[in-house]
Amino acid sequence: MGMRKVAVVGAGMTKFVRRALETGKELSWEAASMALDSCEMTLDDIEAVCMGTAPDAFDGLHMKAEYLSDGAGAWRKPYMRSYVGGGTGVFAPIQGWYHIASGLFDTCLVVCEEKMSSYYPHPQAAFLTIFDHTTERALLPNLLWIFALEMNRYMQTYGISKADIARMAVQNKRNAADHPCALLGEANITVEDVLNSEVLAWPVQRLDVSPVTDGAVAIVLAAEHVARRVTDKPVWVQGVGWALDTAYWTNRDLAYPRYVEVAARMAYEMAGVKEPRKEIHIAEPYDPFDYKALHHLEGLLLADRGQAPQLVADGVTARDGAMPVCPSGGLLGVGNPIAAAGLMKVAELFWQLRGEAGGRQVPGQPKRGLAQAWGDLMQVGTVVILGTNP
Amino acid sequence: MTAKIKNFPGTALSEKDFEAGKVLFLFDQMKAEYAWDTGVAIGEYLAGLKSGVILGAHCLHCRKTVVPPRIVCEWCYRPMQEFVPLQDTGRVNTFSLCYVTWDVRRIQEPEIPAVIEIDGASPLHGIMHKLGEVDPKKVTIGMTVKALWKPPEDRQGAITDILYFKPWKEGTR
Amino acid sequence: MTWLEREREAPAAWPGELPVRNRYTFGIAGERFFRALKDEGRILGSRCPRCDILYVPARAFCERCLHGLEEWIDVGTRGEVSTFTVLHANPDGSYRETAEVIAFVRVGDGGLVHRLGEIAPEDVTIGMTVEVVLKPPAERKGSILDIDYFRPVRE
Repeated sequence: MGMRKVAVVGAGMTKFVRRALETGKELSWEAASMALDSCEMTLDDIEAVCMGTAPDAFDGLHMKAEYLSDGAGAWRKPYMRSYVGGGTGVFAPIQGWYHIASGLFDTCLVVCEEKMSSYYPHPQAAFLTIFDHTTERALLPNLLWIFALEMNRYMQTYGISKADIARMAVQNKRNAADHPCALLGEANITVEDVLNSEVLAWPVQRLDVSPVTDGAVAIVLAAEHVARRVTDKPVWVQGVGWALDTAYWTNRDLAYPRYVEVAARMAYEMAGVKEPRKEIHIAEPYDPFDYKALHHLEGLLLADRGQAPQLVADGVTARDGAMPVCPSGGLLGVGNPIAAAGLMKVAELFWQLRGEAGGRQVPGQPKRGLAQAWGDLMQVGTVVILGTNP
Repeated sequence: MTAKIKNFPGTALSEKDFEAGKVLFLFDQMKAEYAWDTGVAIGEYLAGLKSGVILGAHCLHCRKTVVPPRIVCEWCYRPMQEFVPLQDTGRVNTFSLCYVTWDVRRIQEPEIPAVIEIDGASPLHGIMHKLGEVDPKKVTIGMTVKALWKPPEDRQGAITDILYFKPWKEGTR
Repeated sequence: MTWLEREREAPAAWPGELPVRNRYTFGIAGERFFRALKDEGRILGSRCPRCDILYVPARAFCERCLHGLEEWIDVGTRGEVSTFTVLHANPDGSYRETAEVIAFVRVGDGGLVHRLGEIAPEDVTIGMTVEVVLKPPAERKGSILDIDYFRPVRE
């Protein structure tokens, strides 16, 4: 296709916490400087910066990315911000990727940051603005409605029970117990704990949901000739994909995320992946709610429609299973700082594919992983495939 | 790299830190007031609601009817200028029983938001609204419902001109 | 006839607002800077030895090289008027009885935007030296308003 090869050569992240002392600028800096230190590069080596950060409304700050630019190391550099809801964490690295793949730059720092805790008294109220101002807000809708409505339709369409879905929350929260930055890692959580938790918007219960979180993640991307100098274990971006579905979410099939399939196919084609179920060794689908991880596995063509819960029940998705899913612990376990969560998954794949994931390491020397994120009014699918081969 | 790093940055605070004055903070209120133009399609939609009618839009090329109406077909990108009255009955595509308000207060009696596929629109095409006059335990996906309208003199041209959708058996009024 | 033509009272615009209220923390650097201002009446800057820049207000990191800033210093009470403006209108557009002077007071390689006081607007010049006037300790909260204004230095 005439595009250059691009590798991830460094990564860093902050702890994911419910309320951080640090300002958004400081969170960005903590992640960005850690990413640079991890590959012994300095800001002078970075030619461009891509930032992902969520709505200005959360921080009450107009032009928020420009405000965060100092923490992202963007001083006097070409700088772009992207935002597609939760999809941002995988969208920003795609943006960084084409900065280099196009030949325009040799290095790019990608930073994703979120400080949701400023929104007072509770960040969930900010999501009122996600609904159409004229035809929907007058009903005083709630962010939880969207997920509950989609979850119910998914369950009904395929005959999936709450217990089937709760297993995903249990798996992820247990995985997160091995993640040093995790907010809700719990080694001993059970399906009963999830099913006994407070009902928020049936069928959604408290432990089905990922927490409001502050945090930042950063990665360093480099063109091939730079990557090979900087590290002996570059992790290559093999494929990228992104797609958007209709904003009229009530005119869609809520049981199946078609937009994730479109993005996935684009990435698979670019990566030359013909049989995803065989060729993807680690999957990090986006899991703001437990059912969404399953929903997305099906959209990613990694499971038949309605069959993803069975994979979890059969142990296929465990860290030592045939296709580990969310070995990081996902959003359910590590946390959900909106724009940064997806990049946490990309960073996880980076560490996993280099054998550096410590207690979370997937055995068997995985060679290829897929990270997917999702956002907006259930519209955006963003996919990145990373691998040990260029 | 996480195997090699011992300390991750990030300083967690708790609500108590704020209450105890351990951390400095300030409150700020954004003032942003809007008057959003309803536009061609939604302007018609709201006028239709004031008349007691749910309007959709039809694409002759794709033979598809969508709701709420819009001026361009998302599939073929041709103008959709035919706004057609639909029925005020439909089928529950999905629903939830919500015990939390938008600003995170708990409520005893659940609100019942739903996506309702409107009769006359293409399959899987519906609107978000609420269900009422129904026992939460008896709501099912697939049940047929009918809009309960405000009296004509109280309608203003808003989605709330429909109070809610209630269970309905075909053939009844 | 369109539906809008039929229903002349239907709205052409839908009113609404964005309910956004924020509780801001000041961050690692801000916590330290504002406590020094509140409790000690001192203005602090932080210096990057690599880039040789003195950031005022003090920051946690240098934006040019991304290194953490360990060197925090008291930058004193004086600065230079780098630029200024004279306000005759309020934020809502109404006319102000008395004009107010807002200046960017350069301190170190940074500075503060604040009010100038004890001076007539026509006497303000770029380049003049000014000094900080703090509110009494009991009235300070850990805010930029703990500084009441800057006034000309009388030599």
